[in-house]
Amino acid sequence: MSEEVLAILMMWSFIFIYSIFGSIDFGAGFWAMVYNNHKTMAGTIANRFLSPTWEVTNVFLVLLVVAFVGFFPKGAYTLGTVMLVPISLILFFLAIRSAFMVFSYSVQGYRKTMFFISGISGVLIPSLLIAVLPISQGGFISGDVSNQSLLIAKLFTSPTLYLYVLFGLTSELFLSALFLADYSRVSNNEKAYSLYRSNAILLGPLTLLSALFTLLFMAPEASWLVDNLMGQKIWFILSLLAFCIAYASLWWPKQNRPGIGRPRFTLLVTVLQYGLASVGYGLAHLPYIVYPDLTIYEAFTAKETFYSLMIMYIVGLAILTPGFYIFWRLFLKDKRYLQQE
Amino acid sequence: MDTVILARAFFGTSLGFHIIFATLGVGLPLMIVIAEIIHQIKGDNDYSIMAKRWTKAFAVLLGVAIPSGTIVGVQLSLLWPGFMEIVGKVISLPFQIEIFAFFIEALFMSIYVYAADRLPRYFRLISVFFVAFGAVASGILITAVNTWMNTPDGFKIKPDGTIYDVQPWDAFFNPSFVSSAFHVAVTAYMTGAFAIASVAAFKLLKKRSDRERAYHLKGLFLSLTVAFLMSFISALSGHHSAQILHQYAPEKLAAAEGLFETQRYAPLAIGGYTDPKTEEVKYGIEIPWALSWLAAGKFDTEVKGLYEFPRETWPPFYVHTLFNLMVGLGTLLLGLAAIALLYWWFFVKKRGRPFPKWLLWFLVLSGPMSMLCIEFGWVFSCSGRQPWTIYRVQTTAEAATKNEDLGVLFLLFLFLYALLSVLTILILTAYFKRNPVSKDMDKISG
Repeated sequence: MSEEVLAILMMWSFIFIYSIFGSIDFGAGFWAMVYNNHKTMAGTIANRFLSPTWEVTNVFLVLLVVAFVGFFPKGAYTLGTVMLVPISLILFFLAIRSAFMVFSYSVQGYRKTMFFISGISGVLIPSLLIAVLPISQGGFISGDVSNQSLLIAKLFTSPTLYLYVLFGLTSELFLSALFLADYSRVSNNEKAYSLYRSNAILLGPLTLLSALFTLLFMAPEASWLVDNLMGQKIWFILSLLAFCIAYASLWWPKQNRPGIGRPRFTLLVTVLQYGLASVGYGLAHLPYIVYPDLTIYEAFTAKETFYSLMIMYIVGLAILTPGFYIFWRLFLKDKRYLQQE
Repeated sequence: MDTVILARAFFGTSLGFHIIFATLGVGLPLMIVIAEIIHQIKGDNDYSIMAKRWTKAFAVLLGVAIPSGTIVGVQLSLLWPGFMEIVGKVISLPFQIEIFAFFIEALFMSIYVYAADRLPRYFRLISVFFVAFGAVASGILITAVNTWMNTPDGFKIKPDGTIYDVQPWDAFFNPSFVSSAFHVAVTAYMTGAFAIASVAAFKLLKKRSDRERAYHLKGLFLSLTVAFLMSFISALSGHHSAQILHQYAPEKLAAAEGLFETQRYAPLAIGGYTDPKTEEVKYGIEIPWALSWLAAGKFDTEVKGLYEFPRETWPPFYVHTLFNLMVGLGTLLLGLAAIALLYWWFFVKKRGRPFPKWLLWFLVLSGPMSMLCIEFGWVFSCSGRQPWTIYRVQTTAEAATKNEDLGVLFLLFLFLYALLSVLTILILTAYFKRNPVSKDMDKISG
């Protein structure tokens, strides 16, 4: 495997990890708004998960940017130039959301505003984030390499953008509903569990439909991607299979107890489903970062930098793992935290 | 305004805003750690109350420090894409390590805030220690990138701009890294301590119960001690940083001092301003020989003047004023801390007299003054490097984005920063009004 391919593999892994955690994070914000004051405590549960974790998830987002600059500096140049407006808007919403997350913890009066802001931004930020995908597949950038700019009007009138956004949002809500169903079950709240479960049942097929439509109505400039995607059929078939198993497991009987569904299993297989599809999509996207001007080979960093970055990723991961473990124990497993009134 | 100036104004504003919260984000955790340690040793509950209340303030400030840091980090790529292309190849290592520091801080901050009641005492101390460690490590690592811009190292560049022979660790440990990173960390500690001294002094201005007065006096004494130590070390490390300028960025030192002619026995110009017409410092006080001595410890040291360098690479003249403000305020603060501590020793401790009002008012101002010092220092460091973004490698104009939509976005972010500032003040006052220190004391004794 060449260094460039290894780097893009790392990059895709980070994007994948963030898209899962980010979906759960922003989705939890959305559900906390929808079920604010709900009798099942579903909103409280979503918020209980969100309070200690959003900050860590936010670091992952910064990690994406930093990793991209480190691995593919030329890509940072292109996307930095082109994405000025959408990314600035993301930063704007993100700042307001983060600030209110913290403020509402200190002063109770801000709770309602916080639920509203975190819920709305939980839809807006992911929509803007996923706009990177249609932009990277070509047709929305004008000018030559030295003077590029985004064709904003063309982007916002293109059905491709909205289908990507639709796919992104349904996926976000599906994943977060599954996660919160599991979190509710660990918290021993069966009512909230069945609420999130029924949301997941509704959303699951919608994610598939929107994925299908995104593929069918791909912009004409992206025909290269469609052709390549067809070449990666096997990954999508496997992904579909994973979806069927995960979806069916929502009706499996609970072990040793009355009740229905195995949310932990469903969640993990669904993550696998998205993982398989991401592999297919990522392979089809190669070697382009932004079609047709920028490939991973042109954008790649200095070799020496790449190797020191790789070494530091390994060292950093080794240092951080115990921290993540303690964190997981305290906020995702500890009954004293999960079952407080 | 042309795009380059607009980009500089935009990024400068973002950075200037972030620096306030980032500095306190480094400075306050140290104070919290110290208070926690004193509490463990002495068993005095007041220190535990201090740690708790400072953590509260720190958590609110973090609510702005995190998003504003995210903004600055991402805006680097948005506003300076040309710069980040070189950064990615040469100096992305500290950025990446900073992410790990950031993770450590975020993980343990959540643990300290949301799980404190489920943790044994020693683990609380460990988590707050990791928060403090993560915060200062982030500051140091990000400074590594800034120092590399001032004294670039660890790569070679061909005339056509191709970068080769990259040594990432040499870039990281560039000539000014150790000195400047140390300066940044220590001045942040100094500012965090002065910020707490400000609040304690303010609380002592009003009449209070003996119990509360005792509490605030302890806070004031602790913060002044740290502030004094840190401003003393800051002065020494600042001096060292200036010597690095003499060695590696002579035109920056020349501009800071308004020195035009290269000379031995160079004088130090304090105050005044650099007149662009006559090309000299006006209304300043000149101390003969002092600059040569400060630059390298000898009176006959040759200090290069601006005439030595092509005119188009001269830094702007106002950096002389910025440099003076930074050094002047820093010195003033060091003196203030010394006077207040002496007063405390001779009158407050030995004779049980209260602090006089005038001294308390000066101490109230110390936190904001220390923060101003930091801001002046950063503006000096970055304007003094102009016209370069990467010293003698890339000009600011080459680094800047060519996108022309900056104006509206700049306004949007100005609005954001104003909003966040107002909210921060509102939240802090609302919280501490609703939870006065007497309430925390009752909780502990009751």
